[in-house]
Amino acid sequence: MAVLTEEQTYIKDQASAWVKDKAPVSSFRALRDSKTGQSFMPQTWRAMVDMGWSGILVPQQYGGSDLGYLTCGLILKQLGRQLTAAPLFSSSLVGASALLLAGNPAQQEALLPGVVNGSVILTLALDESSRHQPEQTALRAEQTADGYSLSGNKTFVAEGMSATHYVVAARTAGTPGDVQGISLFVVPAQAEGIVRTALPTIDSRDYARLSFTRVRVDSSAVLGSPGTGLPVLECILDRARIGLAAEMLGTGSQAFDMTLDYLKTREQFGKVIGSFQALGHRAAALYSLQEQSRSCVEAALQAVDNGAHNVPELASLAKCQVGKFLFQMSNELIQIHGGIGMTDEFDAGLYLKRARVLEASFGNRAYHRDRYATLAGF
Amino acid sequence: MSVEFEASARAWVADNLPATLAGVRMDMYGVVSADQAVREAFDVWRARLAAQGWGAPTWPVEYGGAGLTDAQAKVVSRAITKAGSMNPIPFLSGMGVTMVGPTLLEYGTPQQKSRHLPGMASGEVRWCLGLSEPNAGSDLAALKTSAELDEEGWVLNGQKTWTSGADKSQWCGVLVRTDRNAAKRDGISFLMLEMDQPGIETRPIRLIAGESPFCETFFTHARARKDDLLGALNGGWSVIKRLLQHERQSQTSAPVSNTKAEPLQALAKRYLGVSADGTLADADLRSRLAEHLMDTAAHELTIARIMTDARGGNVEVTATASILKNSATDVAQNHSELLLEIMGSQGLGWEPGAYSEEELRTVREWLGGKAMSIYGGSYEVQKNIISKNILGLPETTQKG
Repeated sequence: MAVLTEEQTYIKDQASAWVKDKAPVSSFRALRDSKTGQSFMPQTWRAMVDMGWSGILVPQQYGGSDLGYLTCGLILKQLGRQLTAAPLFSSSLVGASALLLAGNPAQQEALLPGVVNGSVILTLALDESSRHQPEQTALRAEQTADGYSLSGNKTFVAEGMSATHYVVAARTAGTPGDVQGISLFVVPAQAEGIVRTALPTIDSRDYARLSFTRVRVDSSAVLGSPGTGLPVLECILDRARIGLAAEMLGTGSQAFDMTLDYLKTREQFGKVIGSFQALGHRAAALYSLQEQSRSCVEAALQAVDNGAHNVPELASLAKCQVGKFLFQMSNELIQIHGGIGMTDEFDAGLYLKRARVLEASFGNRAYHRDRYATLAGF
Repeated sequence: MSVEFEASARAWVADNLPATLAGVRMDMYGVVSADQAVREAFDVWRARLAAQGWGAPTWPVEYGGAGLTDAQAKVVSRAITKAGSMNPIPFLSGMGVTMVGPTLLEYGTPQQKSRHLPGMASGEVRWCLGLSEPNAGSDLAALKTSAELDEEGWVLNGQKTWTSGADKSQWCGVLVRTDRNAAKRDGISFLMLEMDQPGIETRPIRLIAGESPFCETFFTHARARKDDLLGALNGGWSVIKRLLQHERQSQTSAPVSNTKAEPLQALAKRYLGVSADGTLADADLRSRLAEHLMDTAAHELTIARIMTDARGGNVEVTATASILKNSATDVAQNHSELLLEIMGSQGLGWEPGAYSEEELRTVREWLGGKAMSIYGGSYEVQKNIISKNILGLPETTQKG
C-alpha cells in the first residue's frame, strides 16, 4: 500500500464500510432487475455527493476538496468491489479532469460547482467505432459565424443517458487519423440536434450512442485552443485509464475474495476443494497477478498526484496489467464456482460481464501494449 | 536519509576505488579478469571496503560491519554502482554475507558471531551451504546426512548436492539429521564446519550450460566442533527457514531491468530492424516484448511497494518474498527466451567462431536461468507457500 495520509486512510475505510452497507452488489442487482432504465439510484449518488466524493479532484474555490487521484482511486476501487452504479468515475473523475486540464476559468466556474454538487453529470464522448482510437475522431465541427456546428456520431459513452453535459472530441481540421485538428467541446446534453440512444450492454450499466446533427455551440464551448486537442485529450484519457484501473482492481479483488472463500468452504470428494493443489496453485497465481496490478495502479495514481513525467507509461501499464488480472480472474471466478457460477442468481456473472465492459473502455490490453511499445520507442 | 551521508559515501568511493576498476565486474564464478594488475587492484578495493565495514554494511561494527541502516546501505551500494564498480565482498564470501551471516546474527551465540562474521564481512572466508541431497530436493526435510556427537565433537556422514562453490569454500553450513526417531522436521540441526579436512570430498557438477559453480559434496566421518551448532539441537528447521527467507530476499531485492546494459527493445531493433513507421519489424514479437516490459515494470513496482510497506513496519516478509521469487523468475526466464528469439539462429551458438561473445553469453545465461524456477524452493513450492501460508488454503495432499 502506498503510504496514506490520515485523511486518505479515513476516506478509504469510510468508503469500504459505506459501499458494503449502502451500495452492495445486491443493490445493483435490484437496479438491474427493476428494468426502470435508471442509470443509478439517485439516493446512492446523493449520498456520495454528501460525503464529498464528487469533489475530490476539484479545488476548494469550486466547492471541492482537492484531495487528488490516489484518494479518488481508493474510493473507485471500493465501488468496483460491489459494482456500485454511479457517475463518480465518468463525471467526478473524467469530466472534472477535462475541465481542470483543458478548461478556462470561466468554463471551470460555470460547471465545476455543479460537478461537485452532483447537479451536473459531465461525461466524455469520444469513441466512434467499436475500437478506442482517439486519433480516428471523425465527428466534424464546422466553424460558423458565432461558433461551431457539430455533426457525427459517438458511441459507448459512459453515463451517456444520464449525462447533463458531454465533453465531445471533434475534428475542426484534418482527416481521421491525423493527430492535429482535434478539438474538445463542452455540449449540453439537451442541445438541439443531439439524439441519444441507450446501448443495452451486458453489464446493464448506462452506455449510450449519440448522434449529432448540426448541433450549434458558440465559441466559448471550446475547451482549450481549437485544433490542438489531442495532447490534452491524452492527459484526460490517462487519468481516466488510471481511475478505471482502480475500479477494475476492486472488481477483480472482490472476485478473488469470492473465489477464495468458495475454495475454503465448498467440499467435493470428501474434502474442501481448496486442498487440491491444481486449484491452490491457480489461486496463488491469481493472487500474484492481483498484487502486481495493485502495485501498478497505486504507482500510477501517485504519479498523477506528483505530476510525474511518466504518467502515460504508467497509465497504459496499469490498465493493461489490471486488465490481465481481471480477465483471468473473472474467468476463474466462473470456472472455480462451477455450475453455481453459471446461474444468474449468483453474482459471478455480474462480475464477468462488467469485467469485459471495463476491459473495452479507454483502450483494451492490445491497445495499451501497442501504446506502451510506442512510448518505449519501438 | 541525509544528503550529507550520500555525499560522503560518493566521496569515499571516489577516493578509494582504484581507477583501473571502472566497469570491471566478476562473473558468476567470482573471476574478475585474467589480468594480474586488475586482480590486485580488485583486492585493494576489497580490503578498503572491508576496513570501512561496507562488505556487510548493516552488520554491527564489532562483527566487521558498519552499523548502517538498510536505507544507508542502499545509498552505499548506489554510490558504488554509479562509480561504475561493484562490491565484491558478498560474492567473495559465497553464501556468507547474504545468507549464513544474517542467520548467524539472529541465531548465533556471541562467540559464534565473533568467530565467523568478520571473515565473511571482509570477503576473506568463502562459505557454501550443504542443504539439498540426491533424495531431498524440494522435500528438503527428507535429508539423511547424519551427525553424531562423540567426545571430540560432531561426526558427519552422507552426501550433499548443489553445494554451490563447495570446491572453493573454506567453510560450510550444513543441515544434518541429529535425531532419526523424531518427525522429519524435528530431527534436523544446522552445523558449521571447515571444508579443508580429510573427511570431505567435492566434485564439480557439469550442467546444461556447461561449467557450473555447483558441486556434489561427500562427508565421510567429517568433523565439526561441538560449539559450531547454530541454533538449538534439533531446531535446524527454523534456522533454515529463516536462512531461505534471506536467500529469497537476496534473489529478489535487486531490480531486474537495470542488470542488463542494452534495453531489450534496442537489441530487438538492432537485430530485426524497423518498419517504415518506426515500429519493430516483427509485430508479433513487438507485442510480446511490450508485455514482457510491462510485467517487468509490475514486478519492480511491487518490490518498491513492499519496501515502502516495510518502512511502515506492516509487512509480512515471508508472504511477500514468496510472491517475488516466482515473479522474478518469470521475468528473468522470459527475458532470456526473448533475447534468444531476437537473436534467431545467432542465438544458438555453443562455441566461439561464428557467434559474438554477447550471443554466446546469452545462450549460456538462458540455459543457466532454467535453474531459477528450481532452486531456493521451486516454482511449485513457492505456489504451495502462497496458497497455504498467505491465502490460508488447507494443506494439500502432499506429505511434509
